Amino acid sequence: MNEHVTMDAPRLSVPDRAISSARMKVERAAWAARYYRNFSREAVLAIAEAVARAGYEKAGHFADLAVAETGFGVVEHKKIKNELCTHELLDYYRDMDLVTPRIDKERKIVELPKPAGVVFALAPATNPVATVYYKAMLAILSRNAIVISPHPVAKSVSAAAARLLAEAAEAAGAPSGLIQCVEEPSIPLVQDIMSSDRINVIVATGGTAMVRAAYSSGNPALGVGPGNAVAYVDTTARADAAARCLVESKSFDNSILCTNESVVLTLDQNRGNMERALRTAGAHVCNEADTDRLRDYLFGGHGINLEAIGKSAAWIAERAGIRVSPSAKILVPVVATPGQDDFLFREKLCPVLTLTSAVDFQQALTFAKHTARRGAGHSAAFHGEDTARLVRYSQEMPVYRVVVNAPCSQGAAGFATYLPPSFTIGTGFAGRSSIGENLGPHHLVQWTRIAYGKEVPADLHEIDLSTVSSDRSAPRDLAVATPPAGREPSGFSRDDLRQLILEELRSLNGAGK
Amino acid sequence: MFNYGYFAFDSKEDLLRKAAEFWNPGKVNFWTEAGTPMVIDRREGYFLYDMTGKRLIDLHLNGGTYNFGHRHPELVEVLKSGLDYFDMGNHWFPSVARAAFAEKLVQTAPHMKYAIFGAGGAEAVEIALKTARYATKRKKIVSIIKGYHGHSGLSVATGDERFSKIFLSDRPDEFIHVPFNDADALEDVLKKGDVAAFIIETIPATYGFPLPKDGYLKACQDLCRKYGTKFIADEVQTGLMRTGVMWGWQGYGLTPDIFVCGKGLGGGIYPISACLVNEECGGWLVEDGAAHISTSGGAELGCLVGHHVLEMLQRPEVISNVHFVAEFFAQGMAEMMRRHSDVFVGVRQRGVVLGLEFDHPEGAVAVSRALYENGVWAIFSSLDKRVLQFKPGVVLDVDLCQEILDRFDAAMPRARQLLKSGRRAA
Ligand SMILES: Cc1ncc(COP(=O)(O)O)c(C=O)c1O
Repeated sequence: MNEHVTMDAPRLSVPDRAISSARMKVERAAWAARYYRNFSREAVLAIAEAVARAGYEKAGHFADLAVAETGFGVVEHKKIKNELCTHELLDYYRDMDLVTPRIDKERKIVELPKPAGVVFALAPATNPVATVYYKAMLAILSRNAIVISPHPVAKSVSAAAARLLAEAAEAAGAPSGLIQCVEEPSIPLVQDIMSSDRINVIVATGGTAMVRAAYSSGNPALGVGPGNAVAYVDTTARADAAARCLVESKSFDNSILCTNESVVLTLDQNRGNMERALRTAGAHVCNEADTDRLRDYLFGGHGINLEAIGKSAAWIAERAGIRVSPSAKILVPVVATPGQDDFLFREKLCPVLTLTSAVDFQQALTFAKHTARRGAGHSAAFHGEDTARLVRYSQEMPVYRVVVNAPCSQGAAGFATYLPPSFTIGTGFAGRSSIGENLGPHHLVQWTRIAYGKEVPADLHEIDLSTVSSDRSAPRDLAVATPPAGREPSGFSRDDLRQLILEELRSLNGAGK
Repeated sequence: MFNYGYFAFDSKEDLLRKAAEFWNPGKVNFWTEAGTPMVIDRREGYFLYDMTGKRLIDLHLNGGTYNFGHRHPELVEVLKSGLDYFDMGNHWFPSVARAAFAEKLVQTAPHMKYAIFGAGGAEAVEIALKTARYATKRKKIVSIIKGYHGHSGLSVATGDERFSKIFLSDRPDEFIHVPFNDADALEDVLKKGDVAAFIIETIPATYGFPLPKDGYLKACQDLCRKYGTKFIADEVQTGLMRTGVMWGWQGYGLTPDIFVCGKGLGGGIYPISACLVNEECGGWLVEDGAAHISTSGGAELGCLVGHHVLEMLQRPEVISNVHFVAEFFAQGMAEMMRRHSDVFVGVRQRGVVLGLEFDHPEGAVAVSRALYENGVWAIFSSLDKRVLQFKPGVVLDVDLCQEILDRFDAAMPRARQLLKSGRRAA
């Protein structure tokens, strides 16, 4: 602290206004949830529709703002991701009815949906707007209220995006306070809210530290860990098609999705073939010296060089001192033998894809397994036609998604496959998480099961369930002016900020999805 | 044994005995007889704990003093941090806390010019009435019958004679009382051209929150303007977001010449009140700033707390919460009335200010007792015992609101029983 700052420091200590406001947001959310939990399916879909429309219209605008604010990623790709979390996400879940009670006459069971209530969601710096869109949509579809705490480096755009969706939701009849965003996030704030008994579930997408903290909070949590996807290219694969997938995936939003491939692994006899195919697809395949430079640049300190995250191939090449054609889409360092210790086998949230090869499938499998441990529970890719190998690969790998013959970034996140579209990729037991699937709205609803005795009569034809959800939308007179955009700066210092970012990104695993 | 370190009591009975002996036998007896012999021990959030350990949800809030609940942690933090730097301050001198707080208050009411501080509501009313006399050079003060503005010299004279006659403080020549909701009656008095001020609460609390008829308050203000009388709004109970807006008069489209606030302004932890005046009325502050002096009025610690109270009340989350609580009880009480229509006959509501009407001259006394037995503390209106004052706080949460309603519902059979035996006695 310099002298000037010391002199201007407040003479009195001031309560952390951001924390106190965040607590009030949670209370407000609880009110919204109370009314929203009884909304009818039509009312829910109308709100979801309105939010999707509003989000879609501003997808590009927020993509711009997100890249400007965070320095991560590619505007056009962020726009696509934002858009995917609007109509497409809604279409995917439109027919998943989480509102209407279910009756199983045969087994004499009636199920009544019970939304969680208040969802506290952490959003990462890497996909700030897409995550806000996505989690808000999940909350809407599951009839929950949501309070989002964005990553500090993306706080403005996240708050603006949340505000837009909140306004659209309210205009479509949602209770006020259904979608809220913390304006001044900080570690103490997140800890305070996460451990509060006023929230009902945490959805944590972020760095390992944050996710572990969510699980330690004492509240139910759906947290997801980092990835380190291996793409195995079998000899039965069409090399050109596989290479195109890999380049497309790694250059998508500069590899900022945690589902992006980290390592491409093939067999020795196929390596030359892959190098050629990757080159043709727009990759710069590094010679030994370039590979060393890249390794030094990315992993010279301890952990990954944070400045490289979400940057373009050309930008990274220049910083690393490698000459590449300006059109190079990704950088491919080559590590001839698949040992465990090379830093280049760690997660890289930037368009750098390490190529290596094994002597045979068995060795490939062993290596892939060990590499995937660094992103346990996450995703992997398989290119080829040999289904026996595919099954073995999938059985052995400690992951919950194996994307076949498609880009892994988009595939595991459900945008190039039929997996559920998601920006919260469950890393399951292998990744110390409670879900192994892509997070969806059904994870935010539980069901009360009315179960008759096996032998007793149950007249379920007559049962009246009309009181379970009502047709009324939000009490109209509840609508209040939406919070003003401008906020006083909080006591959040640059040091805190740096610490948070460091913690978030500490190990190279850290940058989340 | 109740050992408080500085003093100790053997039991609640011991305390009641000493309180009657050294403090106020009348009050001690009254509450014992009313069946609500509360002696508040611990307090936290919207909860009070009687010395017996019985927990009560506070819907009295001392008229809004505990708007944010008891010992709100954030306000306590502010006061504690203030104590590391300030004390009451010197009332003769300008001070940082007073200047900052005055500015913040005036910003909530842009047509006002100055904020003058006191320690309690009555003192602020006193300042308001003196200010009106200064500005008009007239002496007479008009208020409504069953109005209530405090118990000090001038303020008590504006109120019910129950409180003034006993101290020979009624002054019928200078203090005129007109019926509420009757603008013509006011005009009859004002038109003589010798009235300094008309003082009124936007919703008279102690009278049981009867709601002003449409246009009544505006008509009163217009009449005041017409006859050169100052219009004073008493916002001691209706201010601070309790009617859904910062000041009750805002919701009725008024621009009082003077208004007073107190109670919740000090967050329930440091007493402070304020009288806001427009430029014309505030002339005496230029002419002779020391014309009104109060050692503890505008104490700096109170200013610091008050400053933060206003800041909290202006947060969008709090504003939204007030609306949720108001809407919840609007719906909830309508439902309660349907269920208990034999005794519960009316709801007067604006924001989180509610008066519940019962079909018996002492109905609210019985309901207050029944609620007390069911863990809720709400007080009847002193000047209309048919009406229960029901005053939820601005940051009440959804679960507690539901609990209040459930307890209310559970208390009604008991209230019915008390009313029946009361009727027989009467
Ligand atoms: C409307 C009104 N004005 C003034 C006062 C007097 O305030 P205090 O008791 O702080 O002197 C009260 C107190 O109940 C009040 O309700």
